[in-house]
Amino acid sequence: MITFEGVTKRYPDGTVALDDVSLECPTGKITVFVGTSGGGKTTALRTINRMVEPTGGRVLIDGRDVRDSRPAELRRGIGYVIQHAGLFPHRTIEDNIATVPYLLRWNKKKARETARELMERVGLDPGMAGRYPFQLSGGQQQRVGVARALAADPPVMLMDEPFSAVDPVVRGELQAEFLRLQAELHKTIVFVTHDIDEAIKLGDRIAVFRTGGKLVQVASPQELLSRPADDFVAGFIGHDRGIRRLSFIPAAEAPLTERDVLTAATPVATARAAGDWVLVVGEDRRPLGWAATGALPADGVLGEARLAPIGHTFTVGTDSVRAALDAAILSPSGRAVGVDGDGRLVGVADQHDLSAAITAAVNAAPEPADTEPADTEPAAVAEPADGLAPVDPVPVDGPEPGEPAPAEPASKDGVPD
Amino acid sequence: MEIDWGWIGEHTDSLTEHALTHLRLALFPVVFGLLISLPLGVLCRRWRWFYPPVLTAANVLYAIPSLALYMIFIQYTGLNESTVMIPLTLYSLSVLVPNVVDGLASVSEPVRQAATAVGFGTLRRLVQVEMPIAVPVVIAGVRVAAVSSISLVAIGQLIGQGGLGEDIFRGYQLNFPTQILAASVLIVLLALVTDALLVAVQWLLTPWARARGRAS
Repeated sequence: MITFEGVTKRYPDGTVALDDVSLECPTGKITVFVGTSGGGKTTALRTINRMVEPTGGRVLIDGRDVRDSRPAELRRGIGYVIQHAGLFPHRTIEDNIATVPYLLRWNKKKARETARELMERVGLDPGMAGRYPFQLSGGQQQRVGVARALAADPPVMLMDEPFSAVDPVVRGELQAEFLRLQAELHKTIVFVTHDIDEAIKLGDRIAVFRTGGKLVQVASPQELLSRPADDFVAGFIGHDRGIRRLSFIPAAEAPLTERDVLTAATPVATARAAGDWVLVVGEDRRPLGWAATGALPADGVLGEARLAPIGHTFTVGTDSVRAALDAAILSPSGRAVGVDGDGRLVGVADQHDLSAAITAAVNAAPEPADTEPADTEPAAVAEPADGLAPVDPVPVDGPEPGEPAPAEPASKDGVPD
Repeated sequence: MEIDWGWIGEHTDSLTEHALTHLRLALFPVVFGLLISLPLGVLCRRWRWFYPPVLTAANVLYAIPSLALYMIFIQYTGLNESTVMIPLTLYSLSVLVPNVVDGLASVSEPVRQAATAVGFGTLRRLVQVEMPIAVPVVIAGVRVAAVSSISLVAIGQLIGQGGLGEDIFRGYQLNFPTQILAASVLIVLLALVTDALLVAVQWLLTPWARARGRAS
């Protein structure tokens, strides 16, 4: 665990970069420092490995003051990843990754073996071991940066906007792989970002910093979305925090029915008795498409009728209500189709069903404790929030970016034609 | 103009000897200049205020005619090789110091920070990260300094230490163009060979830049 005890950083010119920050970053978890630029989040990160020395308070790693270790030695025991990877241009990929093992005087063979293992681990072809950083794409360089930080297997990792400089698609991939890695490695991670979406996606705990180096709130992502400590935090999260909260309500909580679900072999005449839309499923219960009962052919079975594509389904076990609601909105019938991991139908829910589930889930959440704004100068700070909204938010489709993508039932679209 | 090939054939020994002296007189100053410029450049990077006065001083030294410098140093060092080499060493600083500074500045901030963050101490970072990355820019300066030093050393004949410069002067005195031409061609050859060797050194020291060459 990393503990900040009243940490203050005041520069000789009077600028305060950190103002009495106290906080704990639990072992094995990802703590995200998020906030406006000038909020002190990077400064806070750097007090952990002594790249910044506080002028007040102290930082402890597992109860030990970081000032008890010499800076260079301390840093060799802490992984560090920065925005532009900061790879050494004159060293090959494997030597870049083996940097810390070399500093720790491992023998060269062992260091290089470790480097190659790590390359696979972070999703790089070990055949690239002999290349130089400039020969890699930005995303690949960032993977090397992560591998370098992991090389000596440090218990603590510091990551300073590691995914900010790559395009949104690559960023999404890197984030997903980062979560997958963390699920295996359980490092104690402090992650700095200015992107609230990234914070919510990756963080087990989120610490929100505000200009002047003030720590405004420390909370889980859910809590941050449901109970921002003050107007600044609310403004920083943005106006759709209600929608974002849906990412944390499991889709399984929505009531699913089999109303108006019929197999492809059902005679058209039977279908006509149902509602406006029927969901047609195959023998194996995989959804095939929606049939508008008003436009069915005179006779035959549903499988021969013209079906409207489903759009996308949601996976009941892993997706959130957000994904379900999105599926409902995009569905021609206004109903979302829930499937299991194999893409077989579990049930359907319309927007009313989902909204009832949302209301129930929100009401079931514990009542806000007496939340008083962490600071006494409120309203004024909420105003700049618009300008501070995350620059290019990554679309958050579900709460589990690390999970394998749900089976892709979209491929069934239009098949009955 | 008639070239007396026979004279050249008879004087290969003395021409070779003069050429070697010439090279020694020209290149030792560059080596000394580099040894002075490296720490000076590092200090200029560390304390930014230090660089402008150092650069100005180096440029002022370069502006002083070599003859004047000989007259100054001759009082202390006499009519020997160091009297030629000291001014050349000082001259090389005006090229080498800025190149060392620029070379170190070519290390990007993320690289510098990453090196610190993974646990390089200051000296180790300098030797293992910053210096290697600075090599191409530093060598570019060494090439200029070496070639200009090879050409400048000829003037040392004024105090009897000119290497091939002595042949040029003698040829002039005796109105014997062959000797002037032979020495001049040799000086140009020395410069070209030295430059080629420095390119080779850079090639050996910067395998990463070779990969870049292949890629582009």
